[in-house]
Amino acid sequence: MSAGVDLSQFFDTFFDEADELLTDMEQLLLNLDVDDPDIDQLNGIFRAAHSIKGGAGTFGCFEMLADTTHLLENLLDYIRRNEMVLRKDMIDIFLHTKDVLTDQVAAYRNQQEPSREAYERICAQLRELAAERHGGVASQPASAAPAAVPASPAPQPAASPATVAASVAELPLKVQIVRINEKDIQALADEMALMGEVLHKEQGTDTLTLWLKTSTPADDIAAVCCFIVNEDQVSVIAEALPTIGAADSAVAAAAPASSEGAGAQGDTPVPASDSAVTSSTTETAAETSSPQAATPPPPPKPKPKPAASSAGNAAGGGSSTIRVGVEKVDQIINLVGELVITQAMLVQTASTLDPVVHDRLLNGIEQLDRNARDLQEAVMSIRMVPMDYVFSRFPRVVREAAARMGKRITLVTQGAATELDKSLIERIIDPLTHLVRNSIDHGVETPERRQEVGKNPEGVITMTAQHHGGQIVIEVRDDGAGLNRDRILKKAMQQGFPVNESTPDEEIWPLIFAPGFSTAEKVTEISGRGVGMDVVRRNIQGMGGHIQIFSKAGEGSTIRIVLPLTLAILDGMSVRVGEETFILPLSNVTESLQPTTEQIRAISESERVLQVRGDYLPLVALHEIFDVQEAEKELTRAIAVILQVQDVRFALMVDHLIGQHQVVVKNLEANYRKIPGVSAATILGDGSVALIVDVFALMQTSQNQRLATV
Amino acid sequence: MSDHADIHQSASSETTGQEYLVFTLAAQEYGIDILKVQEIRGYDAQTVTRIANVPSFVKGVTNLRGVIVPIVDMRIKFNLDNVEYDHQTVVVILNLKSRVVGIVVDGVSDVLMLQKSQISAAPQFGTAFATEYLTGIGTVGERMLILVDIEKLMTSEEMALVEAAAVA
Repeated sequence: MSAGVDLSQFFDTFFDEADELLTDMEQLLLNLDVDDPDIDQLNGIFRAAHSIKGGAGTFGCFEMLADTTHLLENLLDYIRRNEMVLRKDMIDIFLHTKDVLTDQVAAYRNQQEPSREAYERICAQLRELAAERHGGVASQPASAAPAAVPASPAPQPAASPATVAASVAELPLKVQIVRINEKDIQALADEMALMGEVLHKEQGTDTLTLWLKTSTPADDIAAVCCFIVNEDQVSVIAEALPTIGAADSAVAAAAPASSEGAGAQGDTPVPASDSAVTSSTTETAAETSSPQAATPPPPPKPKPKPAASSAGNAAGGGSSTIRVGVEKVDQIINLVGELVITQAMLVQTASTLDPVVHDRLLNGIEQLDRNARDLQEAVMSIRMVPMDYVFSRFPRVVREAAARMGKRITLVTQGAATELDKSLIERIIDPLTHLVRNSIDHGVETPERRQEVGKNPEGVITMTAQHHGGQIVIEVRDDGAGLNRDRILKKAMQQGFPVNESTPDEEIWPLIFAPGFSTAEKVTEISGRGVGMDVVRRNIQGMGGHIQIFSKAGEGSTIRIVLPLTLAILDGMSVRVGEETFILPLSNVTESLQPTTEQIRAISESERVLQVRGDYLPLVALHEIFDVQEAEKELTRAIAVILQVQDVRFALMVDHLIGQHQVVVKNLEANYRKIPGVSAATILGDGSVALIVDVFALMQTSQNQRLATV
Repeated sequence: MSDHADIHQSASSETTGQEYLVFTLAAQEYGIDILKVQEIRGYDAQTVTRIANVPSFVKGVTNLRGVIVPIVDMRIKFNLDNVEYDHQTVVVILNLKSRVVGIVVDGVSDVLMLQKSQISAAPQFGTAFATEYLTGIGTVGERMLILVDIEKLMTSEEMALVEAAAVA
């Protein structure tokens, strides 16, 4: 990264990282217990803010982002060091800050200037909080109380490095490195010996503890260790030797204090600097030694830090990952799809060869077939993202919506590890958010009401995800009052839906998905405008899925979304009509049969139904819809494929069934446009294109006997 | 191929000329900007999948190395009498605004460099193409080329190749 390098190429990485860090930060903030904040969580939040600030500072062109994170970071630091007491309203402000930061990152990503108004407002709030702390300190002047001690770095930042060095001269540095392998132990021990005099050495199987008498600052020693190990494995603190320490009772007190980073030894000679020296990790040490005042950080410091801390984060994430653009993955998927098609072509050609003569060739082709399929599966799994990506944003949604509605709600998520295609993951968020808000708004009762009916005043919303065959089932369940049948019925009759008192529940519930249907007695900020559920269902259908409702009065309701795992591959049944091949999604096919004359009844001139085991199913002829010549017109010689979409079943007449296979779904809209009755296309084994039938559109046809044409 | 085009491009910028791919529809020669042309293929009816309920000039879609590409027969679109598919019938694959579209023409004859001086304004009288899609008339010796703004034509509403919303 020498001068003259165009930094903008790193921007995207920074933005992605910032987004991730912000998500982490939100998660941690939400998990934080106000009364007894966990120091690790506080550190985590602090580190996230710090890394963003560092990154923003390095690029030097994201001023607002850097300033906002700087203020946030300071506040977090005070809290972390017990100088301020965490309150609920602070968490709210921090969450709000996170939102502003997210907006800022988004704005910078789009090469726009973020909203200055939001920036100034949030900064003012943060400063106000910070001022509280200064005010508190002022009212409690240097009373040797622990809280007052760390205030001193602020007015005299320049003095602090000197004092660090001074304190180091008095106490040896304890360098502790954990989780290292044996060969590194020796290397590190040698390295440390070069830095100063090793007073004492303790060596475990994967830990190394050294007491070092040196004039080198703690940060530098940590930096040296970081060449070999990750920074979260290293801790460098000033501590007396264990043998001496046993005699000296003061050391016993120093150890716990240092582990908390609180620096509470008000009577030691190094109070101003102890926050820097005794902090538990090197990263915190590096951080706290920079001035606490609201001035920009000194130029030499931030440069090395972002790199170090992001490396730390990557390591902290546990698994090693690489960041790859989605388009690259899609390209691989496309190419593998091509490979599978080519391979199918080979199989087709090879099937005409004499198996005795071409034994080896045929074996090879068979192996290629297996490998190609494995490869395809492996590649598809790259696109899979765990549902955690979706679920993780709901604690926030629930928290805010519940607070606004004056309800008490816990969110339980199950199956966060369930994987789903990335393109679907992104599109499922909005519908799910809507459903969850709906549950909070209409489903779960107020705490008082819940107590009246003998329920736990705290409602529970459960979100689950699980694989079921080739599909994923996502449920949003609440233990609220359930859907109000009477109210829905009344409303439905008012709006002229064909329902009456005896209509079964299963037909009543889907009415809430009808456009313009809302049962909320009053429109709230969250829901009740009657546009939502309709959009939710459309979105789900757009993803090739469907939605079901289960509800029981007084016990709650469950909304179940069933989605295909991926949009890129489809289990299809290929059928032939005339000279043309079409693909039907296998998930919609329930059975197929050859109809007899008795089974076919004409209702009117153009409408016919097929009687299957007592049910009368509308009959749709594929050749009529797609205007295919030379198709089988005689119904008893054709094949009826029974298709099911949601709860509607109908029979589709085709000439022949060819077979079932997985097909790679190819978008038609990329180069052309949406074709009525066709959801996408695929490429067959012979290289030709086959259209995938849009069963949902056909269902509407079967109901309207008319396909919307161009 | 791209190198080749680049060289010509730089040469043409000096002489303010432009290269055109010349194709024929019936007896008339047309020229389109060669930089819009991705490739030229023979027409194979077997590989084109018909689409129902679309205008007749949309022959269907084909598989171009894994990409689904619509194929439009310009001869049907412009009501030419002789619509035959023989070994000379070719598909010109165009790359327009990140879309790939194939057009069926009677044949591809030439790639010509035209100087500005060789191009005159488009006539107001009827050609197969509406005047708004023409950029001018090119003259090369005895030959007359009708120069078409193929991008504008193919993305026009009239061709019905793109969603109405995407046209704007």
